[in-house]
Amino acid sequence: MAGQGTTAATAPVDTARRAHAGNGKARALIGPGLRTFLIFAVLVALGALIFPSSYFYRVGTLVWINTLAVTGIVVLLGYVGLVSLGHAGFFAIGAYATAIGPNYGIPSPLAMAGGVALAGLLALVVGRPILRLSGYYLAIATLGLGMLIWMVLSKEAWLTGGPDGMTVSGMNARNLFKLVGLKLKSAEAWYWVAGFVAAIGAAIAVNLANSPSGRALRAIHDSDVAARSLGIDVARAKSRAFVISAIYAAVAGALLALANGYITPETGGFMHSVEMVTMAVLGGAASVFGALVGALILTALPQLLTVFADYEHMVLGAIMVVTMIAMRRGLVPFIADLWNRRKS
Amino acid sequence: MSELLQFLISGITVGAIYAAIALGFTLIYNASGVVNFAQGEFVVIGGMTAAALIGAGVPVWIAAPLAVIAGMLVGVLLYRLAIRPAGQAPLVSLIIITIGASIFLRGAMQAVFDKQIHRYDGFSGDAPLRVGGATILPQSLWIIGGSVAVFAFLAWFLNRTRAGRGIRATASNRMAAALVGINTGRAMNLSFALSAAIGALAGVLATPVTFTSYDVGVLMALKGFSATMLGGVGSPLGALAGGLLIGLIEALTAGYISSDYKDASAFIVILLVLFLRPQGLFGARIMERV
Amino acid sequence: MRRQAVAAGVSALAILAAAPAIAEIRIGASLAVTGPAAFLGDPEAKTLEMLVEELNANGGINGEEVELIVYDDGADPNKARTFATRLIEEDEVVAVIGGSSTGATMAMAPLFADYEIPFISLAGAVVIVDPVQEFVFKTPHTDRMACEKIFADITARGLSKVGLISGTDGFGASMREQCLDVAEGSGVEIVADESYGATDSDMTPQLTNIAATDGIEAIVNPGFGQGPAVVTRNYAQLGLELPFYQSHGVASDAFLDLAGEAAEGLRLPATPLLIPDQLAEDDPQRQPVQDYIAAYEEKYGEKPSTFGGYAYDAFHLLVDAIERAGSTDPVDIRDALEATEGHAGVTGVYSFTPEDHMGLDLSAFRILEVADGGWKPVEE
Repeated sequence: MAGQGTTAATAPVDTARRAHAGNGKARALIGPGLRTFLIFAVLVALGALIFPSSYFYRVGTLVWINTLAVTGIVVLLGYVGLVSLGHAGFFAIGAYATAIGPNYGIPSPLAMAGGVALAGLLALVVGRPILRLSGYYLAIATLGLGMLIWMVLSKEAWLTGGPDGMTVSGMNARNLFKLVGLKLKSAEAWYWVAGFVAAIGAAIAVNLANSPSGRALRAIHDSDVAARSLGIDVARAKSRAFVISAIYAAVAGALLALANGYITPETGGFMHSVEMVTMAVLGGAASVFGALVGALILTALPQLLTVFADYEHMVLGAIMVVTMIAMRRGLVPFIADLWNRRKS
Repeated sequence: MSELLQFLISGITVGAIYAAIALGFTLIYNASGVVNFAQGEFVVIGGMTAAALIGAGVPVWIAAPLAVIAGMLVGVLLYRLAIRPAGQAPLVSLIIITIGASIFLRGAMQAVFDKQIHRYDGFSGDAPLRVGGATILPQSLWIIGGSVAVFAFLAWFLNRTRAGRGIRATASNRMAAALVGINTGRAMNLSFALSAAIGALAGVLATPVTFTSYDVGVLMALKGFSATMLGGVGSPLGALAGGLLIGLIEALTAGYISSDYKDASAFIVILLVLFLRPQGLFGARIMERV
Repeated sequence: MRRQAVAAGVSALAILAAAPAIAEIRIGASLAVTGPAAFLGDPEAKTLEMLVEELNANGGINGEEVELIVYDDGADPNKARTFATRLIEEDEVVAVIGGSSTGATMAMAPLFADYEIPFISLAGAVVIVDPVQEFVFKTPHTDRMACEKIFADITARGLSKVGLISGTDGFGASMREQCLDVAEGSGVEIVADESYGATDSDMTPQLTNIAATDGIEAIVNPGFGQGPAVVTRNYAQLGLELPFYQSHGVASDAFLDLAGEAAEGLRLPATPLLIPDQLAEDDPQRQPVQDYIAAYEEKYGEKPSTFGGYAYDAFHLLVDAIERAGSTDPVDIRDALEATEGHAGVTGVYSFTPEDHMGLDLSAFRILEVADGGWKPVEE
C-alpha cells in the first residue's frame, strides 16, 4: 500500500552531523538552538532593513506567524511523521481565546495563555485515541477534529460572533515598545514581535530535535515497532509531539488575532489546515528552515499573483502537485542537494 | 409518522449521493492505496458540464453521457499527471497531491465555466410524488437508482470481468499482478477512469435536486469520506451502506435533534468509527505492517 | 549548515517589491472576486470596472482620470487586511470600495480609521455602521432592515407567528440574529428556528418540523446562494401553503431560474433593480436603474445583480463626493460623503450624516412578489 517509502526522516540527524563535522570547535560553542535563533534574528532584522513601508511589514508579520504555526507541523510531521489535517483547529482555539477573553474581563495576555493551555489540553485528551491510528486514518481523524472545532466556532455566535467573526481588542504591540521608549508604527511593532516569537519557536524546535526526546521522535518516524523495541514509550512520545505542535499553532493563532484585530472561523477551517501542511512540505518538513521557506512562499504568493488572481487557485494547486512529484522532500533539501552535488 | 417517512426519504436521497462518492473513493483506494481528495470535484465536473451542455441546447440524453465522459477524462489525467509520476511517494505527499489537484480543478472550473450556480430540469419532471403522507421528487429516485446501479455494476465488474479482476489483483499486490501478466498500468488507469465516471454520474443525476457550482465539491468529498470510513475503507458494500447511513443520520439529526449541528454528525461519525472500530462496518481488519 | 545557508539565501531573495502605478485619482477595491463569496464579489468587480471605463471616457472627475485598483481577497479577512494596507500604502488610493463580506470589511475597517481614508463597504451586517466608525460607510441595506421590512409586511397581512429557516453562512446567520432581535418590537413571534448548511441539498426535515409547529403562520428564509433555492423547491415539494418570505440576498433573476415554479407567490424585500419597467415615471431611481441595467447588459451580456448594484451606488456616491469636495484629500472626501443628500442610486435614495453612514431607511426596500415567473411590486 502506498504511504510508505523513505522520507526526510533522517534529515535532522544529517544536519546535526554535518554541522558537527566542519569547523567543530566553533560549532560546539554555539548550540544548534542558539544558532537557529541567531539566523532567524538576522533574517528578521534583514527584513526590517529593506522593507520600505507598512505593507511589507504586514506581509512579513504574516510570514513569521505562519512560520511559527508551521514549525509545529514540522515537529509533528517532520520529526515524527504524523500527518494532521486539522491543526488549524488549534490555531483557531488560540485565536478565539484571545478574542473572547477581554469580553469577559480577562486581560489579553492571560486570555492568550488560556487559549494555548486549552489547545494543549485538547491535544492531550483527544490525542490519546487519535494517535493510536496511523497513516490515512490519522489524517482523517484529525480532519474530523478540525472540522468539529470549526463548526463550534461558526455556530456558537453568542460566544464567537458566528461565521462573520468578531473583533479582537487587546494589547497592541506598539504599546510594548513604548514601555522601553521606542516609537514604532503598529505594523512594524507586530513584525518584530512575530519575528521574535518565531525565532524562539524555531530555536526550541531545533533543540528538541537534538535532544533525547527528539531522537526518540525520529526513531518513531522510521518504525513504531522498532522504536518500541528500543524501549521508547511510543504513545507518550507521539502525544508529546502532538501537544507541542498544537501549542505552536495556538500561539500563532493568538498572535494573528491580536495583529489583525479581527478573527473569523475560517482560520480554523479545512483549507487553512491544508495550507499549514502544504507550507511545511513545500519548504521541507524536516527542518524549521523548511517551515520558514514554505511559509514565505505561500504567504507572499497571493501578493505576487494579484495580476493572476483569477488563476490563483490553479497556480496554487499546480505548485502543490508539482512540488510533491519533483521535490518530494521540499524546496530546502532539494536546493541543498543541488548545491552539494555541484561541489562534488 | 409521515414526518419520519419524510426524514427517511430525505436521508436516503442525500445518502445515495454520498454513497456514489464513497464508491468512487473505494475504487481508487482499492486499486492504488490513494485516498483521492479530489473525488468531490468529479461530481462538480459532471454537474457543471451537463448544465453547460443542456443550457446550450443539447438534449439531456446526449449531455449526460458526455458529462460522464468528461469526468472520466479528467480522472485519467489525474492519474497520469499527478498520481503516477509520484510513484511510491510517502503518505503526506500523496495527500498534498490529491488536495492540490482538487484545488487546481476548482480553479480550472471557475475559469472554464463560471462562478454561478446552475441547475437543469429533472429527467422525469419535477412534480413530487406522494408516498404515504410524505413526498419524494422523481429525480431522487433517479439518484437512488443510479447509486444502486453503480454498486451492482461494480460488484459484477470487479468479480466477473477480466479487467475488474485485474484491478483487484493490482490492488492486492502490484508486483505479483504484473508477474502474472496483468497490465497493471491499464488497471490503474481504468480504476481512476471508473471512479471519476461514478462521481460525474452522481453529479449529473443530483444537479436537478442539489444544484451545482464550482465549489460544492469540498464538503461533499469530506462527507463521502465519512461514508467510506463508516462503511469500511475498501468495501464497495460498505461504501453504499455508509453513504446511506450518513445521509440518514444527518436527516434524523436535523429532524429530531437540532438542525444546527446536522453537519457535525458526519464528522462525529468519522471520529467515533476511527476510535471504536476503525475498519468500519464491512471493512477488513487493519493490520499494521512491520 | 549548507541547508541553513541556502534557506537564508532563498528567504532573502524571495522578497520582491510591488511597483506602484502612476495615475491621477486612484480608487482601490478589495473584493471577493473568486472563492465562496464570488457570487457577491464578481458582479461588484465587473460593475466597478465598467463604471470607471465609462467615467474616464467622459472625462473623468473634474478632468482627471480615475484609476481603479482591484484586489481579490476571496472574502478572506486576512488577505483583505493585507490588500487594504497595500492599497493605502503602496497604491496610494484616496478611497476604497470593498469588503464583499462582513468579515473582510471588519478586518479592514481599523486601517481606514488609522490612515484616515474613506471606505465604502459592500457588505450587509448592521455591525459595520453601528457603532458608526468615522471613515466607514456602507451602501447595502442592513440585514436588520430586511427583517423589519419583512415583519412589517407580515403584520400587515394580519399574521404574527413566524418560523425561521436560516443558512449557517455569515449572511444567513447574521440576519437570523437580527430577526430574532427585532421580532418583538415588530409585533412578531418567532415560534420555530431551524438552520441548514449553505451547500446542503435537502431541507425537507427542517421544513417538515416548521410546518408541524403549532399555530405557524409564515416562514422566513434568511440566506443567500443556492440554499434558499433548495428551500423554496422543498417548500413546494412538501406542498406547503404558508406565506413564504425570502431575503434580499436572493433578490435576483438567477434565483428565479434556480427555484423555478416553486417560487410563485413568495415575497422578498428588494431594490428596484428587479422591476425597472414597473417604476413610476417620477421615481428618482428609475433613471439610474435603467441606465445600469442597459450598460451592464451591453458590456457583459447578462443582467446585473443586487450586489453589483451596491458597488454601482458606492462608486457614484464616491465620485459625487469627490466632485463636491473639489479635492482629492481623503478627509475632504469623507466630509463630502457625510454631506450627501438625496442621492438616487439603484439600491435606494441615500442621505448620509455623521451619525448615519448607511444612508437608507426602510422605504428603500420594496416588497416584491413572484408572479408568473416575474417580479411584481406589492402595494404598501
